[in-house]
Amino acid sequence: MYRVIEAGQLADRIFQIWVEAPHVARHALAGQFLVIRIDEHGERIPLTVSAVSGDLVRIIFMAVGKTTHQLSTLKAGDFIRDVAGPLGRPSEIGMFGTCVVVGGGAGIASCPIIARAARAAGNHVIGIIGARNAGFLILEDEMREACDDLFVATDDGSRGFHGFAADVLKEVIEGRKVDCVWIIGPAIMMKVTSEVTRPKGIRTFVSLNPIMVDGTGMCGSCRVQVGGETKFACVDGPEFNAHEVDFDLLMQRQRTYFDEEKASLERYHERACRCGEGGHHG
Amino acid sequence: MSARAGAGKAVTMGERPARERVRDFSEVDCGLSAEEAVAEAERCLQCKKPSCIKGCPVEIDIPLFIARIAERDFLGAARIIKEANLLPAVCGRVCPQEVQCEGACILGGKERPVRIGDLERFVADREREQGLVIPPVAEPTGKRVAVVGSGPAGLTAAAELARAGHNVTVFESLHEPGGVLMYGIPSFRLPKDVVQAEIDQLRGMGVEILTNHLAGASIPVADLHAYDAVFIGTGAGLPFFMNIPGEQLNGVYSANEFLTRVNLMHADRFPEYDTPVRHAGRVVVVGGGNVAMDAARVARRLGARVTLVYRRREEDLPARRAEVIRAQQEGVEFELCANPVRILGSHFVTGVECVRMEMCSLDDSGRPEPSPLKGSNFTIDADMVIQAIGQGPNPLLIRKIEGITYGRKGNILVDEEGRSSLEKVFAAGDVATGAATVILAMGGAKKAARAIDRMLREDQRDH
Ligand SMILES: Cc1cc2nc3c(=O)[nH]c(=O)nc-3n(C[C@H](O)[C@H](O)[C@H](O)COP(=O)(O)OP(=O)(O)OC[C@H]3O[C@@H](n4cnc5c(N)ncnc54)[C@H](O)[C@@H]3O)c2cc1C
Ligand SMILES: Cc1cc2nc3c(=O)[nH]c(=O)nc-3n(C[C@H](O)[C@H](O)[C@H](O)COP(=O)(O)OP(=O)(O)OC[C@H]3O[C@@H](n4cnc5c(N)ncnc54)[C@H](O)[C@@H]3O)c2cc1C
Ligand code: SF4
Ligand code: FES
Repeated sequence: MYRVIEAGQLADRIFQIWVEAPHVARHALAGQFLVIRIDEHGERIPLTVSAVSGDLVRIIFMAVGKTTHQLSTLKAGDFIRDVAGPLGRPSEIGMFGTCVVVGGGAGIASCPIIARAARAAGNHVIGIIGARNAGFLILEDEMREACDDLFVATDDGSRGFHGFAADVLKEVIEGRKVDCVWIIGPAIMMKVTSEVTRPKGIRTFVSLNPIMVDGTGMCGSCRVQVGGETKFACVDGPEFNAHEVDFDLLMQRQRTYFDEEKASLERYHERACRCGEGGHHG
Repeated sequence: MSARAGAGKAVTMGERPARERVRDFSEVDCGLSAEEAVAEAERCLQCKKPSCIKGCPVEIDIPLFIARIAERDFLGAARIIKEANLLPAVCGRVCPQEVQCEGACILGGKERPVRIGDLERFVADREREQGLVIPPVAEPTGKRVAVVGSGPAGLTAAAELARAGHNVTVFESLHEPGGVLMYGIPSFRLPKDVVQAEIDQLRGMGVEILTNHLAGASIPVADLHAYDAVFIGTGAGLPFFMNIPGEQLNGVYSANEFLTRVNLMHADRFPEYDTPVRHAGRVVVVGGGNVAMDAARVARRLGARVTLVYRRREEDLPARRAEVIRAQQEGVEFELCANPVRILGSHFVTGVECVRMEMCSLDDSGRPEPSPLKGSNFTIDADMVIQAIGQGPNPLLIRKIEGITYGRKGNILVDEEGRSSLEKVFAAGDVATGAATVILAMGGAKKAARAIDRMLREDQRDH
């Protein structure tokens, strides 16, 4: 059992939890993730380690389905049944020169820890964070602190640049020499945004988010195609060379359980209504 | 119910009828009653030079425990087994006795071997009903041992080392200990409360089991080396895929994923449990081993029509004969001498294209070498495909241990006592042998644990 130390809402549908998990906190590096299972009936879901402090780990997540909705009801003092990690390979941080870290939506959660690591390695780090509108934007202050420069974009212009993170990235790489780019967000955003760096052949990493079960390489649920080869995202990734990733396949596989997920969320909401509140019980 | 047994007549363990059992996940075998067990025990000749023991990888004193059953001293029988084997309720159910103790039993030549496995299970279940007796442990030695993995190998090593008085910590990456016993073998062959109860004994012996701890990550290799000895029992959990077109389609699973979703995550009870599994009308399972049989029988229980595709003949199926028969009884259809060449569909699986296989010259193991018959392609409709074509050791931890040597297939190289190329690092079970059996994992782990114990005692003397 792992104790929730702090829990709160960061933006529209986006929440954060600090959980006590020393075995993860002490060894986690930028780019790694953990797997949680809320209770006996829970599903194992992967979430990025978005920050670490002593024995505590921070997760930031968007409430999209049953598990993330249930997670968003947890309060300080509650417990998460299982927290396993750190999983996956850490980001390949080197002294590249100038790096750009691009985050979209809940994917921004992964950005500050990478930006800080890249900066600590001596890089000049530019951050770009984007969201649908100002209400969905998270971690702006933290990113401002972690990066040398930060650009903010919203689809509707309600904050910062009016447009997509990809548009900002294009301007940045046209304006100066960029050596390495991280792009983290929904699959479609990563697909579109990584096209920006392809013509110049800029080293670009994306963090893939296929459906996982164990997160340790023993099921193959997370398999993705990279450079024409099958890789297990949980152990070979989650970060891969963006220009070799088959994003359409990733998106196809993410939809495997579309109907089941919908049914599960509806059932959860129904039960939550009947209980009159958050509805901790699955 | 099982057949009545008269003196000298073999007892068959009762089996629930296929039509009933295929609708649930409860155990297929009913087990022996006390009367049946005693009658079966009385068949044993109490050989002076018992060949059955030689067939047992952990050398249980088989005639002795059988004699106790004949005397109706069931708990005494359990005690004897547990001296050699801490997981008798598991082994009684899943060991391939027909090629081990029972295969070696002298009565096998004449009539039928003594049902040693059923008897083992009987006494283990008896003991559990009355509350398992925690084996005694020796005075603490002050030595610390790290055991990685909590499958049969890790559990056995932990038990042996705890018994010898060492301070044992088990690291398990999943949220439940047990390895394949929990996530792989379905509950209708091995109920999970049986596994849990046997594992709980370890806790009673003072072994600390840390779940959610991935060695090499949650516990860096350097921290492992800080222990007085390390035992690696991480199994062979890495699933192989066939590498044929269409494998990325939704609805294509490794047997590991499919079985884990159902056995460990209870996807059969979705949405009561949150983990889903595809609801398929027609399933194709590829492979012919125990894993393939388990996957096929689980898929049947989820309500699908199931076809098992295997490239050789029925007599070549590597699965236990009894499990093949049960799969057939439960309505699993067998498409033999056939091999998938492509999985069909767009986004979701719609079928599997197979080719007929011709049996050519026999290979070293006496099995025919199958080769595809040109132009014989045919299609099986399917909305789910499960590949059960084998597993190898997970490289995750092994690659991080500097200086450890491993074979071409990624298995840690060890001597007969489980010593790796690194001092103080031992390994046994599937990670050393490649995918094998529960009891071989236990036998190897026991030898390694004894070697570790000897090493630690010498250590102590030297200081
Ligand atoms: C390495 C990795 C890191 C991630 N980090 C974050 C993060 O920091 N913040 C965040 O908000 N999200 C993150 N995700 C995505 C997150 O795991 C899913 O949003 C979550 O599993 C949804 O569960 P649910 O029950 O709420 O929704 P569901 O209704 O079950 O599913 C919604 C969508 O989430 C995806 N999903 C469902 N089950 C799983 C699963 N077991 N594993 C992976 N994806 C699944 C599917 O594509 C599905 O369409 C990460 C995913 C991966 C693989
Ligand atoms: C579906 C199926 C059916 C089978 N049926 C039978 C049968 O009927 N009879 C029989 O005798 N055998 C059977 N087998 C084979 C048998 O289960 C295995 O040979 C046996 O479990 C091997 O034991 P092990 O301890 O070496 O490994 P495993 O049981 O695989 O256990 C290894 C454990 O280590 C953990 N682990 C791995 N890496 C790490 C790490 N880095 N850190 C921490 N933990 C880690 C894993 O999560 C796992 O729990 C079957 C196998 C399968 C898959
Ligand atoms: S070989 Fe058979 S008959 Fe002889 S002791 Fe063993 S079980 Fe009994
Ligand atoms: S999640 Fe199971 S292998 Fe990656």
